[in-house]
Amino acid sequence: MTEQVLLDVRNLRTEFKTGRKQSVTAVNGVSFQVRSGEIVGLVGESGCGKSVTSLSIMQLFRNTNGRVTDGQVLLKGKDLLKCSEKEMRAIRGKEISMIFQEPMSSLNPSMRIDAQLIEAIRLHTDLDKKAAREHALDMLGRVGIANPAMVLRSFPHQLSGGMSQRVMIAMAMCCDPTVLIADEPTTALDVTIQAQILQLMRKIKEENDTGILLITHDLGVVAEMCSRVIVMYAGRIVEEAPVEELFACPKHPYTQGLIASVPKLGSGVTSLPSIPGSVPDLSLMPEGCKFAPRCSKACERCHKAEPALFDLGGDRKSRCWLHEAEQVKTDNKEATGA
Amino acid sequence: MSENTHSVTPNPNEFMDDPVLQNRSRTREFFKKFFQRKTAVVAGCFILFLIIIAIIGPSIAPYDPSAYDYSAIRSGPSAQHIMGTDEFGRDVFSRLLAGARLSLGSALAAVVVGAALGTILGILAGYYGGILEALVMRSSDVLFAMPDILLCIAIVAIIGPGLINVIIAVTVFTIPSFARIMRSATLSVKGSLYVEVARSLGCPDRRILIKHIFPGTVQSMIVNFTMRIGSAILAASSLSFLGFGADVSAPEWGAMLSSGRNYIGVADHLILFPGLIIFLTVLAFNLFGDGLRDTLDPKVK
Repeated sequence: MTEQVLLDVRNLRTEFKTGRKQSVTAVNGVSFQVRSGEIVGLVGESGCGKSVTSLSIMQLFRNTNGRVTDGQVLLKGKDLLKCSEKEMRAIRGKEISMIFQEPMSSLNPSMRIDAQLIEAIRLHTDLDKKAAREHALDMLGRVGIANPAMVLRSFPHQLSGGMSQRVMIAMAMCCDPTVLIADEPTTALDVTIQAQILQLMRKIKEENDTGILLITHDLGVVAEMCSRVIVMYAGRIVEEAPVEELFACPKHPYTQGLIASVPKLGSGVTSLPSIPGSVPDLSLMPEGCKFAPRCSKACERCHKAEPALFDLGGDRKSRCWLHEAEQVKTDNKEATGA
Repeated sequence: MSENTHSVTPNPNEFMDDPVLQNRSRTREFFKKFFQRKTAVVAGCFILFLIIIAIIGPSIAPYDPSAYDYSAIRSGPSAQHIMGTDEFGRDVFSRLLAGARLSLGSALAAVVVGAALGTILGILAGYYGGILEALVMRSSDVLFAMPDILLCIAIVAIIGPGLINVIIAVTVFTIPSFARIMRSATLSVKGSLYVEVARSLGCPDRRILIKHIFPGTVQSMIVNFTMRIGSAILAASSLSFLGFGADVSAPEWGAMLSSGRNYIGVADHLILFPGLIIFLTVLAFNLFGDGLRDTLDPKVK
């Protein structure tokens, strides 16, 4: 594989303090990789730890009582969790950037677009104001804004949602970061604008060889955009697979449920299948497999012990006892092959 | 770089369905809304008038405000002295004009300094939290627990009388209200997404505070600022009235009231006019502040 591993998250564990000596674990044992020029989808229901994962990578826990308690976040081999706040500041925006869910509130309402873009550029480069302005104009053109000069002079409230998200992407990409984390970048947008923004992200990936971590709960977006998908449930990765395989034959019962609950055009079903129950409260996690209480295939073992994330070979992983046997098989194959 | 950029610039027609919204000016909307509030507009005009008086007052005064005229002692309002003369024959109207600079100036100075200090403390407390926040907020609470004027008297009693010391005293009692307001404004702004975005771009704290948090809190400060000028004028005048502030012979409104007090019933105009001007000024600032608050507050339509 020629693709370089840009972001390597290993065994990440993030806890939030809820009281003096109490804390809940929002993300537990999460490991995944993002390679250059690939879009990795991170899917799951609300509250499953998708956004916390991205905040953990960026170390943006300033206003919260969250803390990464275990694991490593390697960016091109450098552990971000060991970086000081000052070092992190130099990395954020330059090496790794983020775009957020609500473009309309992502921009400072009291600053013109040019001031914000120039600020973002000058934080990480030695460009003077004029050169930074040129670069900002350039970036706006690259993200497909038809009249960059006019947008540059505008205030955020004069822009539409799609326009703001384009500006946000320009801001995130202005220092050519190697990794872009997109936290539900299109959730707040119209469907047509959504398609354009996704297309823009794909274009950026192709031009700059950026690794993109796309966090979403929209399986349609995943199917269209990603090469690999990570499915999260209750702070854990339950399945990881290349995108075609995931939709063709989802392994984990949770993934099966998710895919089944997406409406299909012309299938004539009157009521959509859904997964019964809801995500367990972080402080009241069931013993054993976290999905077992909602799982139709759960057996006694599932309620007692939590399965590991079994490596099924070919980039596929599943956290379900049903696939324990497959894991052994592939392990043997690899062993004999090597 | 530029070559690369050129090749990827998309067809401008590609995204034409995503227009820039019509340019609408917030400033213009603000004024439109504000001018619907007639009392606030009148109050604003009065404040403007006072400020002009404070600047050019002494030069348009018909008499020298400190010139004695023993031929007209405590004479009532007349064509020559439209507000009468005081116990030394000084023209009350001229003294009021000259006093605008002292009274307004000292109140403004106190509020500006107090607002600056209170704002800095409040923003830092709100942003960093922890011990700093506890310290700032608890000391504000202590200051809040005392009535304004008592606090001022206590401070002046410690540092001694005089106009400068009155300004210091008023400053001190102005600080906590700003600290409190700015802290809560900071708390709400620092949780907003654009602050998070700034942080995700690697913005250092100092920059976030100045560029991203402070502008978002100014709005809540402006209203308090105008309101506080009113109470600062009142406090400064009260202190002068009690003899702690400006020199009794100075044309300060509170001091004029204080020396006129001896002649209640004999020469009522000596307390009527200074009292009236203090009353109107404080009222104007309060009404103006009310109008501003109603205009700026998105919840009040």
